[in-house]
Amino acid sequence: MNTRPDPTFYPSAKLAMEGPTETLAFTLMLSPDFSQPDGLAVVNVDPTSDDFGKIVHQVIMPEKGDEFHHFGWNACSSALSPLTGHAFLERRYLIIPGIRSSRIYIIDVKNPLEAKIHKIIEPEEVFAKTGYSRPHTIHCGPEGIYVSTLGGGGPDGTDGPPGIFIMDCESFEIIGRYEIERGVQDKHYDFWWNLPRDYMVSSEWGLPPQFENGIVAEDLLSNKYGHRIHFWNLRNRTNIQTIDLGENHQMALEIRPAHDPVKQYGFCGVVVDTTNLQGAIFTWWRNDDGTFEAKKTITIDPQPADPNDLPDLLKGFSAVPPLVTDIDLSLDDKYLYVSCWGTGEMHQYDVSDPMNPKLAGMVEIGGIVKKTKHPNGQNFGYGPQMVEISRDGKRVYWTNSLYSTWDDQFYPGEGGAAMVKADVGENGGLTLDPKFWVAFPDGYRSHQIRLEGGDCSTDSFCYPSV
Amino acid sequence: MTSTAGLWLAVVLSGAYHGLNPGMGWPLAVSSALMEQRQSALWQALAALAGGHFVAMLGVLLPFALMTVLVDYQKEIRIGAALIVIGMGLFIAITRRHPRFLSRIPPSKLALWSFLVALAHGAALMLVPIYLGLCAVDELDAGHQAISRIMTTNTLLVLGVAALHTAAMVLGGGLLAFAVYRWLGLQVLTRSWFNLELIWALSLILVGGLGLWSALG
Repeated sequence: MNTRPDPTFYPSAKLAMEGPTETLAFTLMLSPDFSQPDGLAVVNVDPTSDDFGKIVHQVIMPEKGDEFHHFGWNACSSALSPLTGHAFLERRYLIIPGIRSSRIYIIDVKNPLEAKIHKIIEPEEVFAKTGYSRPHTIHCGPEGIYVSTLGGGGPDGTDGPPGIFIMDCESFEIIGRYEIERGVQDKHYDFWWNLPRDYMVSSEWGLPPQFENGIVAEDLLSNKYGHRIHFWNLRNRTNIQTIDLGENHQMALEIRPAHDPVKQYGFCGVVVDTTNLQGAIFTWWRNDDGTFEAKKTITIDPQPADPNDLPDLLKGFSAVPPLVTDIDLSLDDKYLYVSCWGTGEMHQYDVSDPMNPKLAGMVEIGGIVKKTKHPNGQNFGYGPQMVEISRDGKRVYWTNSLYSTWDDQFYPGEGGAAMVKADVGENGGLTLDPKFWVAFPDGYRSHQIRLEGGDCSTDSFCYPSV
Repeated sequence: MTSTAGLWLAVVLSGAYHGLNPGMGWPLAVSSALMEQRQSALWQALAALAGGHFVAMLGVLLPFALMTVLVDYQKEIRIGAALIVIGMGLFIAITRRHPRFLSRIPPSKLALWSFLVALAHGAALMLVPIYLGLCAVDELDAGHQAISRIMTTNTLLVLGVAALHTAAMVLGGGLLAFAVYRWLGLQVLTRSWFNLELIWALSLILVGGLGLWSALG
């Protein structure tokens, strides 16, 4: 506990943009064949340092087979909430769940170059206290740390629906399930909220048998992956509305609300439309009467391809789908970054008018067919995937792995880990930094990135950007 | 008279102290005005916060007002009250935990939030020894009176104490909220927000201790 609020907590997104520039990034490393334990890499992102682009510290876990995916902080700017008064927490611990093992690691990064394991929550404790499995997205909110899960109980995670559970933000004890009334929600992926307006939005991927051993083509073609988004009364813990995006909109994944809580809209990325292989972004918004609506505002077309260049899964289509696997919104709510993991493109949309996004910039790198190299000549395996934006919106970082078994289906052969950086132009536009290329240890792939002091997908702000 | 003036001053100062403490809600008034993009929302939020605080004061002080009719047990009541306040201070100082149910209150229910926070953090309790001190002073002046008279006087005294305290609280918190909203900006929120938890606990122990000392003295 501090006597003053942590300097990395900001009342508004605008103040966060004015904060100091990040010098370190934290990147998850996973062992796709489970032969090594997963790890956390601390990457120097300070261009003035001799170690720029180098891994300067690693925390390697004691267990194997965790499969790291997403992670988050023990505390963020939401601690400045005038209602809940956790202002004196420290942003000090990274909460890293293994989505395959259901084990949760709490890593102390107070001294990032000496980051170490603080606590390990064993899978049995998660199962016993929540009835959920396969923990995924982390956000800090009014009642503590909220963790979304992808699986219910039982060995294959289909005994009951997945959901969200809450952890104590100081002791890291699991408190229990979040939901009081979940309505029709039976799958889970991401969630985020608007704290002063007291609502939450959650999304759906699929149940564990639909992803753990690879994508199930029959399920995808029969539209059995998630295609709905759910709206919740955050503090009542009840599902107040569910919007079906249409069953052809398979895998509604990342939820990105506007950071300024005055704005009552946000975005959701859809991996693939099974009628035409397009990727899509929906804009959702809240009406004055408290009801929600959603509308498709971005479509990204598949690109024709020679079946010989395609993996078995896609040969029959003679086209490569964009596969929108991650999206991220800059803190000024101006640019939405969209990873097209299949075609190997990172799109930048100007979403100043959220109902009329305009393509403002693009970088090509990797891709199933194009296999575009990095400007430094290195091969970039897979495609642009987990994307993170600096608080000031001037730098965008991304990695390349989607999920171990899915990587192998869409990109047969080992593609290795990568993490790159692109610079954002004054009036939009995106250019890869030829000098930034992270060399990861052999046998690892890279997943989500967190930036020192918070970034564009960790912090929830309680005050408007005025 | 000096001791009466001192006690009334304590009522005012504790009000200002509660008002300036961010934990009692002035940042919520700033947030309301910014979220609704109109200044009048700041006053509405302050009114809701004041209402909740005032009712919490009444809820805690009125039972003591009733007990003051037990003239023969004056000393015991004052000692008991002082010990409760000291106990609350020690509890906060040692556990340093926030009651979790407070985080379930929606932002739309500011008055309820203010009421429960004033109870949960012992803000209302802090007034008890001061109030009982005022009753005792009253007693000395008035000599022997009819029980109904004492009750009426002491109930009016509760209203007076709660009203004055809440007024001082709204003035302190309101001025700060308005200054942050109008001139200082949100940056001040993080720069000026100190962890008052231990000081708050010590304040309770101090007030309880003074109450105990005056009851025994």
